Amino acid sequence: MTPQEIRQSVLEALSDVAPEADPATIRTDLSLRDQLDIDSMDSLNFLIAVHEQLQVDIPEADWARLQTIDELVEYLGPRTGG
Amino acid sequence: MADFVMPSLGADMSAGTLAAWLKQPGDAVKRGDIVAVVHTDKADVEVEVFTSGVIERMLVEPGTEVPVGTPLAVILEEGAAAPAAPVAPTPAAAPPAAAPPVAAPFVPGPGVPAEHRLLISPSARQLAHELGLEVDALTGSGPGGRIQRRDVEAAAAEREAAPQEAAAPAPPAPPAAAPPAAAPAAPLTPAAERSAAMRRAIAASMSRSKREIPHFYLAQTIDLSRALAWLGQENLRRPVTERLLHGALLIKAVALALREVPELNATWEGDEVVRRDDVNVGVAIALRGGGLVAPALHHTDELTLEELMHSFRDLVSRARAGSLRSSEMSEPTITVTSLGERGVESVFGVIFPPQVAIVGFGTLVERPWITEGQILPCPVVNASLSADHRVTDGHRASAFLAAVDRLLQEPEEL
Amino acid sequence: MSTIKLTYREAVRAALRHALATDPRVFLMGEDVGGYGGAFAVSLGLLDEFGPERVRNAPLSESGFVGAGIGASLGGMRPIVEVMTINFSLLALDQVVNNAATLRYMSGGQLSVPLVVRMATGGGRQMAAQHEHSLEAWYAHIPGIKALAPATVEDARGMLLAALQEQDPVFIFEHALLYPLEGEIDDEPRAVDIAHAAVRREGSDVTVVTYGGSLGKCLAAAELLEQEHGLAAEVIDLRTLRPLDTDTVLASLAKTHRVVIVDEGWKTGGLAGEISAQIMEQGFDLLDWPVQRVCGVEVPMPYAKHLEEAALPSAERVVAAVREMAF
Repeated sequence: MTPQEIRQSVLEALSDVAPEADPATIRTDLSLRDQLDIDSMDSLNFLIAVHEQLQVDIPEADWARLQTIDELVEYLGPRTGG
Repeated sequence: MADFVMPSLGADMSAGTLAAWLKQPGDAVKRGDIVAVVHTDKADVEVEVFTSGVIERMLVEPGTEVPVGTPLAVILEEGAAAPAAPVAPTPAAAPPAAAPPVAAPFVPGPGVPAEHRLLISPSARQLAHELGLEVDALTGSGPGGRIQRRDVEAAAAEREAAPQEAAAPAPPAPPAAAPPAAAPAAPLTPAAERSAAMRRAIAASMSRSKREIPHFYLAQTIDLSRALAWLGQENLRRPVTERLLHGALLIKAVALALREVPELNATWEGDEVVRRDDVNVGVAIALRGGGLVAPALHHTDELTLEELMHSFRDLVSRARAGSLRSSEMSEPTITVTSLGERGVESVFGVIFPPQVAIVGFGTLVERPWITEGQILPCPVVNASLSADHRVTDGHRASAFLAAVDRLLQEPEEL
Repeated sequence: MSTIKLTYREAVRAALRHALATDPRVFLMGEDVGGYGGAFAVSLGLLDEFGPERVRNAPLSESGFVGAGIGASLGGMRPIVEVMTINFSLLALDQVVNNAATLRYMSGGQLSVPLVVRMATGGGRQMAAQHEHSLEAWYAHIPGIKALAPATVEDARGMLLAALQEQDPVFIFEHALLYPLEGEIDDEPRAVDIAHAAVRREGSDVTVVTYGGSLGKCLAAAELLEQEHGLAAEVIDLRTLRPLDTDTVLASLAKTHRVVIVDEGWKTGGLAGEISAQIMEQGFDLLDWPVQRVCGVEVPMPYAKHLEEAALPSAERVVAAVREMAF
């Protein structure tokens, strides 16, 4: 998958857990947790959505390290066979 | 015959608005079936019926606010013979071209083909004409969507308020069943109105709690190193859909601890405490855009961690979507609130009446901990208990926190 | 001006006494009105006071003695005919419809029938299917007569005196359960207006229209609606069933936009239907909801107490009908 496609999937998964956020205004280079009101439940739901869309299971430890959408996309790239 | 009545969905609820019927007259229902959606100040709640039978007729139209206890529908119980009930008059569809009344200068419109028939009461049509409103643009709250005077009045009021819509805040997640546009005249948008109403409901409930309940507070710092280590291992081997949050462990520990200190699993009814057999832990859930609800996980002590996690996730998404069930709103026996995400170390909550206690958990922090004479970093959480001093005392309340602590040292037993 | 406390029954008796005492043309005729004092004890004592020429027992033949009453009024008398109940009046309907109501018309105005007929009506006394009819609607149907339904102690006395001033037949329907009703009225008997309905309780949420024996139930319903549901019902006592005072009903409807008609008679072809039609014709644009009717259930009146209660209008049924109107 191309980075654009991965980013699109990530943003869709984020919209599910934070529907009030406008995807166009989310900065991909800034911390997600700072920009959006997401708690551990939202994080879990987000990871589940990513898993459903991209078939990638992000372990807890890795998820704790990933702060921004750019980092996420970079992490997911090699794991989605793209 | 049994009446399906407007339920009480919270200690301070005195009236609710029937937002929508999910069944029709003639439908068979079983105990536990969801038959309606009720709009309260705090949420839109799906309401179950507690008798099995056939719905004979509805007594209240969607959009109507009625006091708690008002019969909403009549249900013919299984085995009951149908009584010779008076036949409800079928609402007549107002003819598209209204005959002009004797005195008013009202000219009837051209005849409209049957498929475009607009249902509007004669009086509403007259009022719309007087106020200069187009009837085609109105939504009706009467049977079959018939437009009544109040709908015309509401539309006139909204027309007055229209310039203020631009200033409304981003609306919270929409309710599961949108109520018909029968809102009373107000300068707020429907979304802002609901937000304000929820605030008022919370204000009333919290004030009452502080006024009536003599709160006392205990806190304990709990070593979670074993629990988190176990959780890490568990989550490694589980698919993401089965992953457990540490909150699930905390909730389960609270539920099991209540078996040991059952006087905290009770409700205050009038002037006496009533012990409850079921442990239904209410979980405080923040709603996106503001507001708080604390619906119950039924039989929390009997759920496995998987079941608890699954129910918890389901509850959170339904709470945020506005589709909680009435039994979830009315049956928590204790509440757990966690502000750990926010970074606060301790939470000293306000008890939700008629419960008698609330458990708070702060954030997970690493703190120096002394183990066998050595100072080591350790993940800990601060657990607090706000309890009703009419019902319990420090001695029993400490036993509860001690039990929670002990249970969290053996996470595999949870 | 002083007042006296008396029952509905005593009020009717007071009107009879006053009429007998002040107008020599007046006489009372009916089954058991003499020595027995009347089946409902209305004429108790009147035989002793006025003698057998003025208080006359009739044989068991409604057609016969109503006809005699018509004849007496044609001859210049002012008879008050007491038909024991509306149930037995069926036997005199031919006299009523074909003679009393039509002789003025058929005679080109030469004949006048100033007859007053009183009868007990209604149910709720476990007298069962043949003895508890509410057929006021049938009388209200006939051109040429007036039909009155006194529901209060004052009207019980005053309507009879007003009826005696009419030149054409007047039928007065006294609901049997009202006889013991107590009230306090002027001690001076006088006629009351018989052209207008009366607002017995003011309100602005819904109009409740009724007459006769159902008035008490409607007032009780209005109290329940206010106490338990915060709804203010305006209760209108029609008083006169023919001619109907629709103006008073429409004036109320202009305030409330919702109306319930409560009528002890059967719904089909009944008086409530007539009132509903008049409201629709004259007040169409005032209606925010279809006109509701609470009527006697469409069955022969049961004997068993609980079934009889279920077959009659009640305060609870009125409350339920109002609440169905989606407040």
